[in-house]
Amino acid sequence: MEAEKAAVNAAPLPEDAFLPASAEEKAYMVQMRPASTFFRDGVKRLVKNKVALVSFIVIVLITLSSIVIPMFWPYAYDNMLGVAPGRPVDASYNNLAPFAYGTTEQRQMEAGEAVFPHIFGTDSSGRDYFIRVVYGTRISLAVGFFASIIVLVIGMTIGSIAGYCGGKTDLIIMRIVDIIYSLPDMLMVILLASVLKQTLAPLVEGTVLERIGSNIISLFIVFGVLYWVSMARLIRGQILSLREQEYVLASRAAGAKGGWIIRKHLLPNCISVVIISTALQIPSAIFTESYLSFLGLGVNAPMPSLGSLASDALNGITSFPHRLIIPAVVISLIVLSLNLFGDGLRDAFDPKLRN
Amino acid sequence: MSSKTLLYILKRMVLAVLTVWVVITVTFFVMHAVPGGPFVGEKAVSPAAQAALEAKYGLDKPTSQQYLTYLSDIVTRLDFGPSLKQRGRTVTDIIAEGMRTSIKLGAVAAFSALAVGVVLGAVAALRRNTVLDRAVMVITTAFVSMPSFIMGTLLLALFAVRLRILPANGTTAQGLILPIITLALYPAAYITRLTRSSMLDVLGQDYIRTARAKGVSGVKIIFGHALKNAMIPVITYFGPMLAYIVTGSLVVERIFSVPGIGRAFVTSITNRDYPMVMGTTIVLATLIVVMNLVSDILYKVVDPRINLE
Repeated sequence: MEAEKAAVNAAPLPEDAFLPASAEEKAYMVQMRPASTFFRDGVKRLVKNKVALVSFIVIVLITLSSIVIPMFWPYAYDNMLGVAPGRPVDASYNNLAPFAYGTTEQRQMEAGEAVFPHIFGTDSSGRDYFIRVVYGTRISLAVGFFASIIVLVIGMTIGSIAGYCGGKTDLIIMRIVDIIYSLPDMLMVILLASVLKQTLAPLVEGTVLERIGSNIISLFIVFGVLYWVSMARLIRGQILSLREQEYVLASRAAGAKGGWIIRKHLLPNCISVVIISTALQIPSAIFTESYLSFLGLGVNAPMPSLGSLASDALNGITSFPHRLIIPAVVISLIVLSLNLFGDGLRDAFDPKLRN
Repeated sequence: MSSKTLLYILKRMVLAVLTVWVVITVTFFVMHAVPGGPFVGEKAVSPAAQAALEAKYGLDKPTSQQYLTYLSDIVTRLDFGPSLKQRGRTVTDIIAEGMRTSIKLGAVAAFSALAVGVVLGAVAALRRNTVLDRAVMVITTAFVSMPSFIMGTLLLALFAVRLRILPANGTTAQGLILPIITLALYPAAYITRLTRSSMLDVLGQDYIRTARAKGVSGVKIIFGHALKNAMIPVITYFGPMLAYIVTGSLVVERIFSVPGIGRAFVTSITNRDYPMVMGTTIVLATLIVVMNLVSDILYKVVDPRINLE
């Protein structure tokens, strides 16, 4: 053993041992991996999460079909099939079972014409129920999305003002936030929605806003007034704590300028929290909208939303249970998959938040 | 109790009183911002009769004076004024009557949710990663993302319409079974998940290992050490649970026609009985604020380790 070691040590070095490495040798030594960004890292983790991926696909499918299907569907959501100008109302179109047809349609079919089926039947006014569910899904998704954006903008503005300014401004804003936070939100939502419904209706008449309907506008106002507080708290806390982080200090010590710190350290860390809580806000907004629609404070008739469809179906529950079950399943599916996707986003982009 | 704890309790109480005052004020002024006032839109009323009505209900006085009267009536006599649609009855009467049914409904729902949730959560934590645990987690996830009105109508469709086992109408004692289940399912699922995760957390603690090493029996560890400590986070859920039950009761009482405060509230919104809407909002909001206060204070008192700031 000893002798062997000595022999190795004693072996003379090759002649070229201290020559500079050639280009090939250098290339051999360098291991190149593509640089991974924060975003790419998160996406990689997200794709690995099967539950989140499936939820995402479900959401995309539901959203796309709610946008695309009304474009080619032969029936409109407010089209009462039994009502035609100049003729008495054909009651045979009302309350059709799934895949059943009205009298004139039956005659058309006997004559050999193709009639587009009513997949979910029709409602008590003879409107194709499938397109109403699709349209209701579209309304519910849109309300959820825009309400979250409103919450995001207001919450982010006020939260960052409180975080940056600090001192008295922060103190006053946070006391207001405390009080709004401890208000029972649903009761206040119902109160405001029921009052705004009366106040807004004459105001928006004749304007572009009339198409959206006073009830949806009041819903947005309610969200803007009440639900920004948790977002504001979150952003303020983020900004306060991020400013004091060691890596910010380290970066500053290494000579980084303010702009660099903000771009590379504060914003990326803040934005994941913001995106995640916005994603989790959407299902809660959809939930609130359907709840209000169910109490008769949601969208204006004849526009459907999933909540109002379920509410309308309650009266005919004994004879037409499918009319209740269909919107119910769609709401639960949307809320469930948005929640699971939001959780997946959180796990992928901000594992710190996981409790 | 340390002076720090007392200071915290005092601070929370001040915030609670402030919140109730904000609720009363917002409710009052929001309701008075409705154009036309409460007597418009009914039958055509002569100006003289209109003036007489307004004088009778004190609506001819300036708003600020009306506000002070309303506030002092509530504080001193719990008087929310007369109902506009149910002639001859005061709002306080109607609320008290509705409360009798609703409190029964809500209390039974809350206690059954607590019992079911704690037992299921503890069992799931003790049998972690078994089929039972997975099944409990999947089912509770589904229940947590289902709105109460959907749960209620689906239960109604299944048990009252299809199977005809239970009545669809909530006026009898038997008829309260379905509303109670509807209200209890969400909190039960939530408490199950909460108990499971906090139980898992506690079971990993050093003192459990120490107890086991000393030869304490399994039953004693579970009940005396683990469950007792795992219940602490569940206390924080009392407030939100009550808020959920109150708002849930609005739709559940409508679905099953339960003669409670929730149905009275929804009816008063649809037929624009303003004093009734105001009174119910204030009473229910106060209930929620008080319950939040109690559960917050209880949380800090039960666990002295918790930092008060």
